[in-house]
Amino acid sequence: MTLPVETEGLTKRYGHVTAVDGISLTVRPGEVYGFLGPNGAGKTTTLRMLLGLVRPTAGSARIFGEAPGAPGHLASVGALIEGPGFYPYLSGRDNLRVVARYSGTGEVRIDTVLDLVDLRDRAGDKFGTYSMGMKQRLGVAAALLKDPRLLILDEPTNGLDPAGMADMRTLVRRLGTAGTTIMLSSHLLGEVQQICDRVGVVAGGRLVAESTVAQLRGQATLRVVAEPLEHATARARALLGADRVRVRDGGLDLAVEPEKAAWVNAELVDAGVAVSELRVRERTLEEVFLELTNDVG
Amino acid sequence: MWGSFRAETIKAVKRPATWLLAAIGWILSLIFTYLVPYAGYVGDTGGPTSDRLLSDMLPANLVGNSIAGLPVFYGAIMIILGVLVVGGEYGWGTWKTVLVQGPSRMAVFGGKLAVLAVTTLGVLLGTFALGAVASVAIAAAESQPVHWPGLADLVTGVGAGWLIAMMWGAFGGLLAVALRGVALAVGLGLVWALAVQNLLAGIAAPLLDWVAQMQKGLPGPNAGSLVATLGAPADTPGVDALVGSGQATLVLAVYLVAFAAVSAGLLRRRDVL
Repeated sequence: MTLPVETEGLTKRYGHVTAVDGISLTVRPGEVYGFLGPNGAGKTTTLRMLLGLVRPTAGSARIFGEAPGAPGHLASVGALIEGPGFYPYLSGRDNLRVVARYSGTGEVRIDTVLDLVDLRDRAGDKFGTYSMGMKQRLGVAAALLKDPRLLILDEPTNGLDPAGMADMRTLVRRLGTAGTTIMLSSHLLGEVQQICDRVGVVAGGRLVAESTVAQLRGQATLRVVAEPLEHATARARALLGADRVRVRDGGLDLAVEPEKAAWVNAELVDAGVAVSELRVRERTLEEVFLELTNDVG
Repeated sequence: MWGSFRAETIKAVKRPATWLLAAIGWILSLIFTYLVPYAGYVGDTGGPTSDRLLSDMLPANLVGNSIAGLPVFYGAIMIILGVLVVGGEYGWGTWKTVLVQGPSRMAVFGGKLAVLAVTTLGVLLGTFALGAVASVAIAAAESQPVHWPGLADLVTGVGAGWLIAMMWGAFGGLLAVALRGVALAVGLGLVWALAVQNLLAGIAAPLLDWVAQMQKGLPGPNAGSLVATLGAPADTPGVDALVGSGQATLVLAVYLVAFAAVSAGLLRRRDVL
């Protein structure tokens, strides 16, 4: 199986500074892959190496089995890297005509992609007069012009208002459902949690985690606040085993399926414990992300 | 490369700066080749100087008049044109937009050079056309017979002018690529074309023999020599037959190829940041 994206030991050094340090990742066909990391972690440099804009110091990168620079390497790839770059004196439509001519795809899809990003009404206006959000949307339109099998989007919601961000999420989801493989770099973790199948977390130039969002967040726990705490702890350990009970911040974290909440509550109450709070607790991607990146930092 | 050429064509044709530069070149050429000399002729009291002023402006001298500015002031305009065509991507951060579409860097550069060639030829032909109109108007006003240069002379003149214009354009492109930007490249290009060349020719060469010899290998003096042999007025800045037309043509062609090759090599090797 030819993977849409595959890197092995990808490294980039600028003098003594290592921007990307041996990243090996894979993006599978049809998935929406979130590429996460704090600013300066090496996300954009990695994407630039994938696209042949920057030469790796070591390691390799392949897109659909082709190395950067090979003929046809980007034939079915659309990309928006580090903000939209267009010609301010040209209209949005003319900018897309320029892009279409470079890619050799013809201009038949220009109206389609303008509709997809809701920019058709302003397509005749000069790019220089666009708001930041409109510029970003034109960048996404340009990335979609080839009807790509792989879409690489670097911070696509930058500059968008909340409605624009929601539209972008819908668009990415729709493209993903239609079978387009998407590699999405972002530091908006709520956004990634909502739309990505798998994520890779990069920090300090290294890939520190790569798995599904669900695996990364781990199993949900039950949060219990009860009195007396010692009594509640003893009863919970007797019910679930000591290794599944953790005392934290004046309450208990119980590693147990959320469906057992009612049973746990009944057992504690029967044992004379007053339960004042019982809720399912799921770690957010943001919490996991901060743990992973703080460990490196 | 065809796709890149077509993409570059939209950018060049719709860019106001392209037309502004062409218009500046045409206007300056008309003013200093025809309007100012004609005003001087009309205000003159007569005599041999006056006769020469008039004959220089007539259609027979169209070739020399149209390419006389290329060694210096028109060369400066071509440098700016080269910087803008090749280096515009740096100013707007559009290299990434262009290259992620899939064309090779050499195809993109080839498209830029092709558009630069078409643009410089267009500007040059415009200069010839305006010069023809102006010279015929002067001939008619002064009741002088109209004698056009031969077709071979016209083609040679356009070819020589195009070579010089492309050489300067490629120099501008090299500055843009080397400096990864537009502003400094334009500035340094203008300093070279308008200041350094004149200082070398006017101050250093008369004092130092090695500078005088070195001039024979520099692009400006070779451009000046080539246009001088094709009839450019000798009192035009930069026009001086230091070397023969054969050597001048060869040296200019070598510079053109060298500027393009070094630019291509830098573009190919460097990261796009």
